[in-house]
Parts: sequence; C-alpha cells; structure tokens
Amino acid sequence: MNTVEVENVTFRYRTGQGVDEVTFQAAPGELVGIVGPNSAGKSTLLRLLSKVVAPQRGRILIQGREIGALPRLALAQRVAVVPQEFHVAFPFRVAEVVLMGRYPHAGGGAWESGRDRAVAQAALEATGIADLASRSMDELSGGERQLVSIARALAQEATILLLDEPTAHLDLRHQGIVLEILLRHHRGGRGTTILVSHDLNLAAEHCDRLLLLARGRVRALGHPEEVITEEHLAPAYGCPVTVERHPVSGRPRVQGVLNNRGNHGTVSHHSPDAREAGRS
Amino acid sequence: MKARATFSETAGWRPVPILCLAALLLIGLLLSVMVGSVAVAPREALRALLTGGADDPVVAVVRQIRLPRALLAGMVGAALALAGLGFQAISRNPLADPAVLGVSSGASFGVVIAMLLGLAGPFGNPAVGTLFAFAGALLAAVSVYAIAQVDGRLPITTLLLSGVIIGLFFNSCVMLITALLAANELQGVVFWLMGNLAPTGGRTLAVLLLVLLIGAGVLARQAARLNLLALGEEQALQLGVEAERVKRSVFVAASLITGAAISAAGSIGFVGLIVPHAVRLLLGPDNRKLVPAAALLGAAFLILADLLARIVMAPAELPVGVITSFCGAPLFVYLLRSRRGGESI
Repeated sequence: MNTVEVENVTFRYRTGQGVDEVTFQAAPGELVGIVGPNSAGKSTLLRLLSKVVAPQRGRILIQGREIGALPRLALAQRVAVVPQEFHVAFPFRVAEVVLMGRYPHAGGGAWESGRDRAVAQAALEATGIADLASRSMDELSGGERQLVSIARALAQEATILLLDEPTAHLDLRHQGIVLEILLRHHRGGRGTTILVSHDLNLAAEHCDRLLLLARGRVRALGHPEEVITEEHLAPAYGCPVTVERHPVSGRPRVQGVLNNRGNHGTVSHHSPDAREAGRS
Repeated sequence: MKARATFSETAGWRPVPILCLAALLLIGLLLSVMVGSVAVAPREALRALLTGGADDPVVAVVRQIRLPRALLAGMVGAALALAGLGFQAISRNPLADPAVLGVSSGASFGVVIAMLLGLAGPFGNPAVGTLFAFAGALLAAVSVYAIAQVDGRLPITTLLLSGVIIGLFFNSCVMLITALLAANELQGVVFWLMGNLAPTGGRTLAVLLLVLLIGAGVLARQAARLNLLALGEEQALQLGVEAERVKRSVFVAASLITGAAISAAGSIGFVGLIVPHAVRLLLGPDNRKLVPAAALLGAAFLILADLLARIVMAPAELPVGVITSFCGAPLFVYLLRSRRGGESI
C-alpha cells in the first residue's frame, strides 16, 4: 500500500498560485523529490500533505485514510515536516524544542514521559547535536538551527517525513551533514521521505523518483533518468539546460546555460508547443 | 551519560523556583497585614489571620482592612501578569501586555460606560462592572489585532503602533465619558482611573477570584500548545495543534482577566510586562512553568508594591501604579540587559 496518495489535487491561493490536478504516489521506503522552478507549487504541495491547507478538488490519502478525516493530532503522528526556515519566538532551549516533536504522542497533554525524553535524546544524537541540548535557540547558527529542526521532526517518529528545502540556507559542510542524516534515517527504515529541493543535482543523485512541477502542474514523474532531461527541464524552467552524467554515480547532472552564450544549440529557444510537450 | 544529564536538567518540571515564589507571596501577604498606621508584630498578625477574635482591634484591622486589600492586590497582580503572559504567547512577542496593547484602556472605557449608566462604581454590582470591562477589553484587543495583522502575521512594529493608537483612542473615550459624569461621582472615577487598591468589599473579591481562576485555568490548559505556537502557526498546525482555536481561547481569557482586574482596581501599568519577563528569565520560556510562576510573582509583586505605596509618604498614599512604574521600568531595563541580552524584541 502506498503511504501517500495524491489524486487530481487542485488548490489555488487567492493570488492564483497553487497546484493543478496533481497526481502522484509514494510507497514505503521511497525517497521522492519534488523539483521545479520558483512558485511551481512545491511548498504548496507540502502544505497540502500536512493539512495546513485543504484541497479544493481531488483527494489526499495518508496511509489509506483521507487527510480531511484524520484529526490533526493523528496526522502529526504520521507526518512530520521540516520547514524551510525555523525560527522560535522565545529563547527556548534545544532540548525543549526537540521535545515539542513529542507533542502528538504526549496525547496533547501536559508533560512528556520518560519515553518521550528518550526518543528526543535519540533524535539529538542521530543529528549529532546532543551537546547543544541546553543551549538557547537564539545562540545557534543557521546550520545548527536546521539540525534542531530535523531532530524535532525525527522525534515525532512519523512514517512520512516532508522536507522543504532542508539545505537551502546552509553552507557546503552543513548541507553534507543534513543530507547524510536524512539518508541514514531514510535507509534505516520503511518510512517515506518527500523532499522539496531547488537543487536538481542533489535530487537527481539521491531520490528514487522525482516529481517535476512547473506553474502548479506535473511536468514529469519518474526515475531521475526519465525526469532530468533537457526535454523536460528546459520548458519547465524556461531556460536552456544541458544534462550530463555524474562521473561516479552515473546519475544525470544538470547545467544551466546562459542564453547569451548561444553555443548550445540543442535546447536554446523553446516555443509554447515545446513547453506543452514537456508534460508527461 | 553527561549528555543525558544535561538533557533532563534543561527541560522539565522543577518545583523549587515555584515554591520560592509561593514563599515570596506568603511573606508579602504577611508583611502587608503587619505594616500600616498601627504596626502589628509578626506573631500578632499570624494570630489575627489564623484564629481571629471578635472584639480585638488588631484582629479587626488585620482581617477587615489590610487582608482584603492585600488579597485584592494579589489577585489583580496575578490577573495582569497572566494576561500579559497570554498576549505575549499568542502574539509571539515579549512586549505585548494589556497596557501596551491598549486593552487596559478598552477595559477602562467599558467600566466608565457602566458607571455612566449607574451600573458600576461603589454601589454597583462588581460582576456587571467586570462584564463591561471585559467587553471593552475584547473590543480593544480585537481592533488592535485586526489593525496590526499583515498577511496573517503580527509584526512587532504594527502591533505596538496599533496598540498605541487604540490605547489613545479609548483613553479619549474615557475622558469624554468622565466629562459627562456628575461632579460628585467624578472624584471616585479619577481615583479609580489612577489605579486604586482600596478595599471594595467581598463581592468584588469574589468576582475577581472567580474570573482569575477561569482565566488561569484556560492558560494552564493551553500552556503546552502555546509553547508550540512559538514555532509559528504553520508548524503548530503540523504538530497537531489547532492553532486558531488555541489563540482564540487565550485571547478571550486574557481579555477577561484584564477586564476583571481593571474593573476592580483601575489601570495599573507594567505588571503584565515585567512579571512574565522576570519569570521567563528565571525559568526559561516554557509556558507550563510560566503560568503558575507568573500568577505567584504577579501577586507578590503587586502586594509589595502596594505596601510601598502605603508607607512611602504615610499617612498619605501613593497610587500603586506609580510604584509599579518606578520599580518596573529600571527592573525591566536591568533584566533586559543582563543574562539573556540576546532575547529578541
């Protein structure tokens, strides 16, 4: 059984942005990447999957149950989200923030149990920040904050992990650390991970399948080999690209091409027809 | 197992600070019944409080004059501190407070309307005064939040500015109404507006206690969810918190206890700002600890402030608001600059 099923889901904000007729599934043990240009609807899809907004048409099933019929607390036991930015309004300590991930399991009630503490402690250790436990959130660097955010999501012990650009604001070293934690966690279990990323190469390298969105619509869905092609990417991003192979992994690798160089004749100018042809 | 030790030290329930605050409150209560035009020795005061006695003048002074006043001060202090804590949690902003947000002015407006209608004041029903104050507080709070909201968020600048605007507006409304009041009622109103903890009778205390218990109950029930709200509304939703419902109930509870405090004792500034700050510096930002701690410290703070207001210029009395501001402002600056200077404003 698929853990996540999205069927013909449409949601539009009043500004007109959103997603249209999106359909895809994610199975247990699968790492699915959602890629696409700015305002393609990637984050909207995550907000739909975590019930921050409700579909206007279509339906979403989480472990076989309609998302609208799942109480928020029950959903939070199944789905954990690592947001793009992680700011805490008051100077909570790292341990306290990670323990907040236990809220869905603490029965919405007062104080966390010994087991909650053990799980939070394990999440701190899994992300390598156990030594930060008693530090205040406002003393941390951006990279450390992101690790706390991931530890908090791991403490939630959800089957489905949604990540919105988890490496966007991080330097190279922290990008590596974050990615390693995610992959280790992901390979360790039967959970489903859905990763929104601007970084096509990162997504192509690590994801089992990719969903390419542009202007709210699915442009391609499948193995990175099938999705990361010049035919799909150029119309979706509205700029010429070249695709090569990674010398080690053999996965596709993308390079943007500046229009004024003009020497990559293969994918330079695209008509609207070509854009439509890009849909799968 | 060093990491684990750090972990449990950091997050969790620690009773000692709460017990210290409770002890401070009891000491404040005892002091406030001892000090006055007739000094009462500690042992005498305790005897008068615990055993009583029909025609002992010391007992009469302690139990009929000083104790009701101390109880009023304590409950008003607790109410204002909890209201500040609640507004701070839902606006995710440590500067929110009933006075800063203009909610106190709204409550005052409600009370003077009730006075104009002859429903409140020395001979009126304290429950009616509280109800009018609550309505005024709610009106002001709703207006402030509606004006301050930008794209579903409450930025500090617009929140403070709209608080100032709404506060000034309702203060003008209060002026207008007082101009309409008869001359013989005016003195009482002015005295009340300045913040007045003179004993107002058992019914006022009973109404205040009831409202305070309701408000504190709501805040205590929502405390864990208020913590999650600090992550932002979207993340609170994703962790299973019905953020809108939590915000609404705390919003109403904070307005209600502000209304009850203002209706009983007039406008007393700084308590709702200082006390949550102080307990946060003492215990960290976990609202599950802050709710009992703010109630205890708020009560102790206003009892001691009132004590000071009574003795500084004895036999004359200062309005207690003068003391809370004079103590509060420097303490506020001190707390802000020390220890956690990095706390974001």
